[in-house]
Amino acid sequence: MKILRRFLTRLKNFATGQRDDQRLREEIGEHLALQTAENLRAGMPPAEARRQAVLKFGAVGTIREDYHAEQGFPLIETLLHDVRYALRLFAKSPGFAAVAILTIALGIGATTAIFSVVDATLIHALSYPHPEQLVRIEDDLPGAGAREVGISIPEFKDLQRSGIFQYVALVGGGSVNLTGSSQPARVAFLSVTPNYSTMLGVKPELGRWFDPDDQTPGFTLDALISDGLWKQAFGGDPHILGRSLRLDNDLYRVIGVMPAGFHDPGRTTEQRNTEVWLATGFAGAPAPPPLRNSRLVLAVVARLKPGLTVAAAQSQLDALVASLQKQFPDDYPLQSAWRVRLVPLKESVVGNVRESLVLLLGAVGLVLLIGCVNVANLMLARASARGREMAVRQALGAARKRLVRQLLTESLLLSLLGGIAGLAILFGTRGFLLRMIPESLPRLNDISINWSVMLFALAATLVAGTIFGLAPALQASRLDLTHMLRLEGRGSKGSTEQARTRRVLVITEFALSLVLMVAAGLLLRSFWDLFKVRLGFNPQHVMAVRLWLPVPNDPTTDIYGTSAQEAPFLRELLRLSGTLPGVEEAALGSSAAIPLNHDRNRFPLILEGREMQNKQQPLIEVRDVTPGYFHLLEIPLLRGRLLRDLDDEKAPQVAVINEAMARTYWPDADPLGKRLKVRPAKPEWITVVGVIADARTESLAGASVPQLYQSAYQTREKELAIFLRGQLNAAALPAQVREQVQSVDPELPVFGAQTLDDVLSASLSQRRFSMEIVALFAVTALLLAGLGIYGTISFLVSERTHEIGVRLALGAQRGKILEIVLCQGLKLAISGAALGLAGALILSHLMAGLLYGVRPTDPLTFVCVTLVLTVVALVACYIPARRAMRVDPLVALRYE
Amino acid sequence: MKRKTDVQQGTLALMVLRTLDVLGPQHGYGIARRIEQISGDLLVVNQGTLYPILLKLEHEGAIASEWGASENNRRARFYRLTQVGRKQLQTETQDWEQTTAIIARFFEAKAEDLS
Repeated sequence: MKILRRFLTRLKNFATGQRDDQRLREEIGEHLALQTAENLRAGMPPAEARRQAVLKFGAVGTIREDYHAEQGFPLIETLLHDVRYALRLFAKSPGFAAVAILTIALGIGATTAIFSVVDATLIHALSYPHPEQLVRIEDDLPGAGAREVGISIPEFKDLQRSGIFQYVALVGGGSVNLTGSSQPARVAFLSVTPNYSTMLGVKPELGRWFDPDDQTPGFTLDALISDGLWKQAFGGDPHILGRSLRLDNDLYRVIGVMPAGFHDPGRTTEQRNTEVWLATGFAGAPAPPPLRNSRLVLAVVARLKPGLTVAAAQSQLDALVASLQKQFPDDYPLQSAWRVRLVPLKESVVGNVRESLVLLLGAVGLVLLIGCVNVANLMLARASARGREMAVRQALGAARKRLVRQLLTESLLLSLLGGIAGLAILFGTRGFLLRMIPESLPRLNDISINWSVMLFALAATLVAGTIFGLAPALQASRLDLTHMLRLEGRGSKGSTEQARTRRVLVITEFALSLVLMVAAGLLLRSFWDLFKVRLGFNPQHVMAVRLWLPVPNDPTTDIYGTSAQEAPFLRELLRLSGTLPGVEEAALGSSAAIPLNHDRNRFPLILEGREMQNKQQPLIEVRDVTPGYFHLLEIPLLRGRLLRDLDDEKAPQVAVINEAMARTYWPDADPLGKRLKVRPAKPEWITVVGVIADARTESLAGASVPQLYQSAYQTREKELAIFLRGQLNAAALPAQVREQVQSVDPELPVFGAQTLDDVLSASLSQRRFSMEIVALFAVTALLLAGLGIYGTISFLVSERTHEIGVRLALGAQRGKILEIVLCQGLKLAISGAALGLAGALILSHLMAGLLYGVRPTDPLTFVCVTLVLTVVALVACYIPARRAMRVDPLVALRYE
Repeated sequence: MKRKTDVQQGTLALMVLRTLDVLGPQHGYGIARRIEQISGDLLVVNQGTLYPILLKLEHEGAIASEWGASENNRRARFYRLTQVGRKQLQTETQDWEQTTAIIARFFEAKAEDLS
């Protein structure tokens, strides 16, 4: 009660700014008068009586301060006072304030930008309830040299019964033709087991999900669509439920719409942007019979039982695998070493970008730190100019704590202004920055400046303000009073301690920038090596356009059901493509044949004469192409012959293999004439007729993988690509291709037109992104470090003007003066570089996974970076050094 | 040498209340003087520190003040105890007595009492 009353009175005083100074003054006066009278009565002389009264009363200043503190809220009042004072100071030296605020703004802005990406991608990677329980299940056959071979239906049932998981869901997918709307479209779809939605904890925003107990063989004829598809293709029709949807000629019924923010946790951008969900048990047509060794290449996503760690689940799973191997020795031969791995879902979504993002966050953190060091340097320079002010204030009785607080208020205010400016810049450039991010980044759409990002910005701002404010504040308050005051008019002369602090700051800056520059250098070299890698094919002037032949579940509606039906269409398509303007060469192939596009098209490989050796066949990448493909991409033939037009649907099945495949499966024999099968259902053997050179069509960084090329006329590939070479008009061509394709079959969607140069640069985009950003940061750091050393050396020179004057007067050579100053700068740079090299070695080993072709200790990078840094330091020192050299001894000495 | 005691704010406030209770309305100097007399040389306190405490007590509503004329006929601020202050003094006196009684008992206790 009394606390409240006291608080209210103080609040009233504070709000009205009312100060009863007069009352205290009168009371003090009266008090002293009474005490003096008392002392007089005791027989003191008048002057002494007065003196004793004052002494007894105590220090009026302190009492008045206490009294004032009682009247209002002293903490807030001093804070406001300090803020007002600081703002006045900034207004008085706008140059300093602008530079400091801008430095911090850029630092905070950049750090917050990177953090917002990290926040969306790494911290909130999975927007599902209890994301830590979600895992991906991968089957490997290390003995057969195969990874991620997929799961068979009996194995799926084993996993469901194992007691390790709450849910095990199978997720397959791809793309289908959506027809019926204005333009046939190709949409990404997922076929999932019905427990998918409960596992991910998602409910449709409209309608219902599939019946979880659905045991329909094959596909149910129900579909859910994404919010995006609903709004785009159906105009957000409120009566969408029950409408029919034609996917690859099959008729589906829409039973629900998924919520807007929902994305499948898939690995590819395409899968994350799924538009249609279908349900299937993967048993019954069109799925193959559920045999143990009939592996479906599917993603298996599961939710662990609550409380179970991934490691514990893995050990239970290992036991299960061991017992199954014993139970079914024929299906799991020991030499294939079947193994089932659990990968945390988060890992599988963000795994490949985590290292890059952490590196970027680290790099931007270093830039912010360097920015702080620079501002600290600026503040120190100002502090030395304000040394006298501080000294006088301390001499007048200002407490040291109070001075530190005031200086910290100044630096925090600077940093807050910087932080606000930084966020403003970030908001302003948001759209531009988002476009810089490579599209392959998971959860790109979820990057936003939300509360946690703002909180991070605030924390970074406060930390930054404290970092760059503390050293100057402590320094300024630890002045040697007598020394400072004795210096009379030359208040700008800082103490040796201050000079030392500035040197330490510059060394820190150099060390930090060296670390950043080494990181940038290594990334640059990796990128360059990848860029210069021998591709093995020629991407120039080539464009690939995709089209998709429908695969209806009902075989009677499939007009491209057999190769005899499909081949004439392909021939017509190829003929028409050759007539397009600018086209010199044309070829067709499966979309997996587009280099570097990450489409997988793997089939189990059965070698003639070795089929019984190994029940778990290795998987091999298969491409279906027309004969012109190799010439078009300039992939050279090594042995045998290429595919020919005569290798058509009526001719015996033939294949061309790459060198890696020849090396892997016939290390000591000639592969020509050997026979094999890749699609187990087909009875005919395929004869190897040629070996082509390896090309980096799978990935730029990876080694070549075994590949097999079949004639497109002999297979029934549905996911097709048209390859065109020539002087192409990349803007007009896609529409022209579509027109031609649809002149043959108007139901076919044509999409995904890309030049191979674009494909190539897209496959480098993530590396390019991290390289560019780190390089940008490194250059910024270098600039800041250069400015830092320039400022410090200038300061030291101006400090030593007098000394230099004396030296010159005593006959020192001007060249010698230059040398002394340069040496001073160089010493700083070298100390910084030495520290930085140690840091860079640690960092470069941590980022080894991001490098390609260079070792983390790459001497060239380290030497070059050190040289660049030294040169920058020398240039930065040269300007003040020249000034030192030109000191006029007369002028310098006249100051005395 | 006998150490002179530093006085805590709360104790000083209690002394102020007690002084006003016994002597009726007083100005600042009168209160200071009285506290000095009673505590003797043991308590050395700058008289000025009294004024922030007086203001605090007034904010809390324990005392009220108004201008009046002092002994030498000058304007002085006179403080008097309010109803709230009287109650506060009562409870604080009780608390204080209780505390000292407990502490005193501890000092009187002998080893055999504690066994």
